[in-house]
Amino acid sequence: MSNPFNVLGDQSTPPNSGQEHQEQEKSENLNERIKGIVGSSDIFLFMKGTPEAPQCGFSANVCALLNHLGVPYKTFNVLADMDIRQGIKDYSNWPTIPQFYVKGQFVGGNDIITELYENGELQEMLKDYLPKE
Amino acid sequence: MDFEKIKILITNKIEDADVEITDLTGTRDHLGLVVSSNQFKGKMLIEQHRMVMDILKESLKEEIHAVKIKTVTKD
Repeated sequence: MSNPFNVLGDQSTPPNSGQEHQEQEKSENLNERIKGIVGSSDIFLFMKGTPEAPQCGFSANVCALLNHLGVPYKTFNVLADMDIRQGIKDYSNWPTIPQFYVKGQFVGGNDIITELYENGELQEMLKDYLPKE
Repeated sequence: MDFEKIKILITNKIEDADVEITDLTGTRDHLGLVVSSNQFKGKMLIEQHRMVMDILKESLKEEIHAVKIKTVTKD
């Protein structure tokens, strides 16, 4: 089924450049745990589902944009962990998923990422991570 | 959720806001919002969206599943 929120359209199915984060040690403190997760990759996405099987149109769209750019990123599936699902919203003071982070800094959700992609700022922000020609 | 209610919530906080709401999925819980206000001037995109998100935060827990926000200034 096509995703009505995919701004790239269905013709674009680049290889997946994202990978689900595997948590090694879980800190007891939720805030510390989130910091550990966010810090595991310069480009990080909290999403519903995984890059292979996104469970929400907005999450799928952000993955599609990142795959299209070909930047390496890691993801966390909030549907698999209720602590993080709520915790990440408190951490960023942002009420929705997906949430996109670069070098630990919250950048935005789907709308912001889409707008930054469309005006070229996302490419600029991630230029050090783009695949070399 | 009642679209008029959302408009009122927003204009209570952002007084000069014009709010346009569309139903993205036909289920009235995935909403497209275009908010135009001069209070967005000079603010970064994330701050503009935060102003709107803060207002909808409570509604997003229950009545609204997802919003797509576009913020613009009036001129």
